[in-house]
Amino acid sequence: MATRYFTEDHEWLEVDGDTATVGITEHACEQLGDLAFVELPEVGTAGVKGDDVAVVESIKAASDIYMPVSGEITEINTPMGDDCTVLSDGPESSGWIWKMKLSNPSELDSLMDAEAYQTLIS
Amino acid sequence: MTLSPFVHRHIGPNAEEQQEMLNALSCVSLDSLINQAVPEDLRVKSPLNLPEGKDEHEALSELEELLSENVLLTSLIGQGYYDCITPPVIQRNMFENPGWYTSYTPYQPEISQGRLEMLFNFQTLITELTGLPIAGASLLDEATAVAESATLAVRSFKGKRRKILVASELFPQTMSTLKTRLKPLGLPIETGASCDNETAGVIVQWPDAKGLANDFRSIVNSAKAAGALVILAADPLALTKLECPGNLGVDIAVGSMQRYGVPMGLGGPHAAYMAVTDKLKRMMPGRIIGQSVDSNGQPAYRLALQTREQHIRRGDATSNICTAQALLANMAAAYAIYHGPEGLRNIADRIHAHAAAFAEAAKANGYELVGEQFFDTVTLKTPDASSLQATAREAGIAIHADNGHVSMAFDETTNDQTVETLATIFKLKVNERDTVFAPFAARTESWLTQEIFHNVRSETQMMRYLRKLMDKDLALDRAMIPLGSCTMKLNAASEMMPVSWAKNGSLHPFLPADCQLGTHHMAKQTESWLSEITGFAATSLQPNAGSQGEYAGLLAIKAYHEANGNEDRNICLIPTSAHGTNPASAVMCGMQVVPVGCDDAGNIDLAHLRDRIEQHRDHLAALMVTYPSTHGVFEETIKDICREVHAAGGQVYMDGANLNAMVGLVRPGDIGADVCHMNLHKTFCIPHGGGGPGIGPIGVASHLKPFLPGNGQAGEHRAVSAAPLGSASIICITWMYIRMMGGAGLTEATKVAILNANYLAERIKESFPVLYRGAKGFVAHECILDTRDVKEVGVTVDDLAKRLIDYGFHAPTMSWPVVGTLMVEPTESEDKAELDRFADAMNKIRIEIAEIEAGKVEYTRSALAHAPHAADSLTAEKWDRDYPRIMGPFPAEQTISDKYWPPVARVDNAFGDRNLVCSCPPMDSFEEAA
Repeated sequence: MATRYFTEDHEWLEVDGDTATVGITEHACEQLGDLAFVELPEVGTAGVKGDDVAVVESIKAASDIYMPVSGEITEINTPMGDDCTVLSDGPESSGWIWKMKLSNPSELDSLMDAEAYQTLIS
Repeated sequence: MTLSPFVHRHIGPNAEEQQEMLNALSCVSLDSLINQAVPEDLRVKSPLNLPEGKDEHEALSELEELLSENVLLTSLIGQGYYDCITPPVIQRNMFENPGWYTSYTPYQPEISQGRLEMLFNFQTLITELTGLPIAGASLLDEATAVAESATLAVRSFKGKRRKILVASELFPQTMSTLKTRLKPLGLPIETGASCDNETAGVIVQWPDAKGLANDFRSIVNSAKAAGALVILAADPLALTKLECPGNLGVDIAVGSMQRYGVPMGLGGPHAAYMAVTDKLKRMMPGRIIGQSVDSNGQPAYRLALQTREQHIRRGDATSNICTAQALLANMAAAYAIYHGPEGLRNIADRIHAHAAAFAEAAKANGYELVGEQFFDTVTLKTPDASSLQATAREAGIAIHADNGHVSMAFDETTNDQTVETLATIFKLKVNERDTVFAPFAARTESWLTQEIFHNVRSETQMMRYLRKLMDKDLALDRAMIPLGSCTMKLNAASEMMPVSWAKNGSLHPFLPADCQLGTHHMAKQTESWLSEITGFAATSLQPNAGSQGEYAGLLAIKAYHEANGNEDRNICLIPTSAHGTNPASAVMCGMQVVPVGCDDAGNIDLAHLRDRIEQHRDHLAALMVTYPSTHGVFEETIKDICREVHAAGGQVYMDGANLNAMVGLVRPGDIGADVCHMNLHKTFCIPHGGGGPGIGPIGVASHLKPFLPGNGQAGEHRAVSAAPLGSASIICITWMYIRMMGGAGLTEATKVAILNANYLAERIKESFPVLYRGAKGFVAHECILDTRDVKEVGVTVDDLAKRLIDYGFHAPTMSWPVVGTLMVEPTESEDKAELDRFADAMNKIRIEIAEIEAGKVEYTRSALAHAPHAADSLTAEKWDRDYPRIMGPFPAEQTISDKYWPPVARVDNAFGDRNLVCSCPPMDSFEEAA
């Protein structure tokens, strides 16, 4: 059973076993405005929680996307590199950015659930 | 005290108007306003010690006499600067035309289509010359462009590779600037080595400093084998004959476009170019013009990929560069359009023929050439280098000599007479020859096939093309440009005229010192006046942009700490309200940026600052602070702030962007700053040129004087620009301004700038409240209008800005330093009627918003949402809006008799960034598509 977590940096991750799918929230997407470009990470990038690995750019802002938890990137949403509407059309579903293998699942404990995140942004 | 008559030409409102405005502010006099607006303990106690102001014709005569000390020689010095011919049609209709030189950086694309089109032509020219797909809209000079390309190479490897290899002889000023830029970042420069897996980029100059277009393919091969990028500094006239660098495996090409019709100007300003592979486009520094569409689907140009830049990315930007050399890039593009590819190649052939004829004769007479692969520069080995140089000088020709070599760089102005004189000097017999340049890699494919480079050949066509583009743009010659923090004041004709004088513009920067005495005296005077105005011990005019000034100032601070054994002082405190260049410059100096918050009144949060100072006490290098603040307020606590930074061993860097509020009233040096940069293109009348040129000199306190920028050509430290005096040929604009205003006139201008800002704030405050005010309720020389509540009905600050275009105005600064607001700076040059016209427009726009709020008008069918209104808004068949059609383009009575028409409707920014097009495709690609 997959569980969805949220971070204060407006990322979501859906965890299934020791793998997670990562993206940015609809709220984050709205705040950025018209998206222009997504700089995807490279598969195989290993990092710790808080490392900036991707960038989402709109016309007027550029936002670093951080590793929400430590681990290694196993897959990226390749079409997004050429077409950022893949992200804007479904930030919390088809617009996922990368998938990763977790190296320290205990870090998940410090993340928020959907309800807590809703409280944060409201 | 009598003011020079020019003061009343420079300052907009006359005495009567000033009194009316003061009445509106309930102030009895200008001085009483200043007493309330500017904190008393900061104000100067005595008037500026400057010569009394002179009238225009007197000042011009004085400058003419000063510059008469310059000696005009035929310059064959080369080394990156070549004499050329500015086509008179370009000189008169562009270079000397306020419609071109008084416009601002094209942030508002709808009112900037003319210069955007010409800059797009420039980028097309560069992509064609280099064979690389992505070109920018120009950098500051060739030396900084090379340095920028080196850091771009390192960035492309995300810092995993850090070495730069210099694989050919660079111009000395390029090498010096490269060293300046890479040292604080800890990036090593290697020469004479080979690439390895730590090399990020390999730099080759083509032709090299001795003039040889050597075969560099083996360097490319070894770079590629090691995975490094190849950077080529290439002469753009030689490139008309040489194979495209892109076809030779080059990743980044840079160079100077000076010889495309721009005077040498004793070193600047000129446009440098940069072109890169597609892979590197998002890491490129500087402006890029892109093509997008407007709301009607019509093609329109705009600034593209701005998220790379300092105003968005701050410390993570690709460079601190803010502007370009737009006017000079536009001149270079116009030059290429006027000559076309054939004309350019003819010029190149003629130059080469002169060089070859001379080389042949020299060889026949026993001279040894350093190589045969020359384009325009012939270098001879000779033990008599200095005596030959001296003999040439007597004959009126300047040649380059060093270490047993002399070199002669032939150029567009070279004629048979020049070659004959040289022959006499070298005791040669020159035969007429028509040699064709035959390099190892010649350009064979057709190039520059785009229509625009073929359609404009007659002077009538060129004159009309330049007029057509100019008419698309809103510049200061049409209306107030109330951009906050930009100081769009008058650029008087008398200040501009000397720029075109031969004795100002036609000098090579490396002429013997005794040939440039006039300019040096003018520069020394200007420096001493600026030092007096800012309260510093010394001023350097070398930085050729505000960002460069910041960089030079921080370098001086860094060098000072190092000289005192404090190498580990590398923390730079920067308020969150600072201009984005500040953190970008600090990062380029190898400093670590630590932000300081602001309080609700917009001032630096003192408690937070103290915490930060305490936290970093042992490592504090500097605080960067803008004064008056970026919020347009004279902060009362500035002296305390400076004192506390000094007590912790730090230095205070003052950003002089807002100096127009201080001249004659407050001196940065007196209130505790150690270094301050001035934007001569703001406070001191150099026009913005549609996005450059500028000059960003720095003033420093005496302890920093030893650390000012050195002369890069002479190999000195901390050179930040290619030429010792930076953009020397436009210093005369500032000289004229100060000379004509005198100390009293400058002070009067500052007071009226503050009056104008306060008057506007007063007239608009019922519609849009003023966000921040000083302790006594007044603003400085600009004010932030709080427009954020309009969001509630869907109106954006963009809508306001675009609606102002319909009223015939350039928008104020948008969403900076506070998101969702407008920052207005009228300057002293705007008269009361123009201020009223602007206030009326803002107040009317507020009524338009009120109609949306009241539900009378649907936002999506409002004039605001559809602004600006191009002419086709009147002819569209369908009309489904909630306002009368006529109110779109004609919202105010005045617009009926004096209408500025935006050539396009609202430009789609997102489309342009998602589909980057930065050059016009060649003709054959249209044919393929057809």
